Amino acid sequence: MSETTTAVEATVRLRGISKTFSNGTTAVSKLNLDLEPGSFVSLLGPSGCGKSTVLRMIAGLIDPSEGEVTGSREAGRIGFVFQEPTLMPWGSALANIRLPLDLAGVKPAEANARARDALAQVGLEGFADAYPRELSGGMRMRVSLARALTTEPDILLLDEPFAALDEITRFKLNNDLLALWQAKRFTAVFVTHSVFESVYLSQRVVVMAARPGRVSDDLAIETDLARGEEFRTSADYAQLCRRASEALERAMAS
Amino acid sequence: MNKTSPLRRFGLPIGLGILTLIVWEGCVQALNVSPFLLPGPVAIYHALVDDWGLLSEALLVTLQITGLAFVCAVLGGGLIAVLFSLSRSVETTLFPYAVIMQVTPVVAIAPLLIIWIDNVRLALLACAWLVAFFPILSNTTVGLNSSDHNLRDMFRLYGATTRQTLFRLRMPSAMPYFLTGVRISGGLSLTGAVVAEFVAGTSGQGSGLAYRILEASYQLQTPRMFAALLLISLTGVLIFLATSFISQRILGRWHESAMEREK
Repeated sequence: MSETTTAVEATVRLRGISKTFSNGTTAVSKLNLDLEPGSFVSLLGPSGCGKSTVLRMIAGLIDPSEGEVTGSREAGRIGFVFQEPTLMPWGSALANIRLPLDLAGVKPAEANARARDALAQVGLEGFADAYPRELSGGMRMRVSLARALTTEPDILLLDEPFAALDEITRFKLNNDLLALWQAKRFTAVFVTHSVFESVYLSQRVVVMAARPGRVSDDLAIETDLARGEEFRTSADYAQLCRRASEALERAMAS
Repeated sequence: MNKTSPLRRFGLPIGLGILTLIVWEGCVQALNVSPFLLPGPVAIYHALVDDWGLLSEALLVTLQITGLAFVCAVLGGGLIAVLFSLSRSVETTLFPYAVIMQVTPVVAIAPLLIIWIDNVRLALLACAWLVAFFPILSNTTVGLNSSDHNLRDMFRLYGATTRQTLFRLRMPSAMPYFLTGVRISGGLSLTGAVVAEFVAGTSGQGSGLAYRILEASYQLQTPRMFAALLLISLTGVLIFLATSFISQRILGRWHESAMEREK
């Protein structure tokens, strides 16, 4: 794990990255993107625009065919939340959250304590010993989020994490995620195909177009309102959503 | 799954069994069927008691061979599967031979093994193992390769070593598959042992329950044949119950197959 523990660090830079898969599909083409430390950025786009591929390249799970990604790959700095909760069904909630620490060789007592902290942060204190099978979809996603947070990541990558949840649960998790981000100020990269979710959460929405995947628009989401239910029902929010929708339509038409 | 009350679950099949035995005995007595052809349950019971010395000794031999073959199959099949999973080229090289060993009927190999291996019991063990190990090998191999892709990415992201991935991800993922293999292989160990005993028996090398059946058939001791058959069936049932119980205990709360659904 890196010695530096300050959350605000180098900018993540993607320089001219392209990704062509072995079946010939070009998922991403010559994409440039800088992610300011501590910012909350959404990648918004239709399915097939390569936004998940970009996220995986930032995580280092796949290598770009061209170009380079800098500032993100130091071990221990990245947390990843998948579209599915991706929990080990044979492990309790606590064991699942502890996984990154166990893999890094953290002593069991310390790992347990830190995992319990993370569990409390996502509001699941009483469920340490529950198995994934026994939890609801929203709770599983919370466990997944807690697992990503145990290593105190500087960068949190989220790949449509709440897409499969019902709206009520999704709103709640949106708020929880915002609260966690405000408390910890990690760099958050949030992949979504929901205009409303992206505007609600982020400081910046990067709109992507498909075939081949590229950046089509880059919107700053500026508001004087604090993020929360007040913002969700404000005129500001409605106007920003309209702008993002229009940008998305342009991206899909291009 | 529908939850049936224990009374129905055990009462119904046991009731049918008792009814069958009564009808069976009644028919045999009423129609005066010769015991050489079809002995009644009472005659079989007498054979079991009278020949208990002979049969229990044979039962012990069969149990030993079955048990040993089963343990060797579980260890062997499991270890070979892990070996396969660690190296693609080892798997590609050896798997076809494992298949060949599996598809060749053990009855056809048994005479050779009995010639090659002096010790009859060892030869029987080899036959039984040959039949029993494959389901474990193939199931576990599939299981080790079927762990969730996102979880694999997760392990990679956190810098897991090959060893950590094997023990913390692939082996637990393979567990339900492995246990299915174990359940199949439990029954096959017995089948393998019995088939091998028959083959050994026809070449005059006697031991085990199957040999007693063969011997009793030469002597037209039909009740004893039935008694030996009964012991083999009971052994099979016992193996099935034991392996199911173990599987249920291990998968416990996490796997779909072991969950009871409430209605």
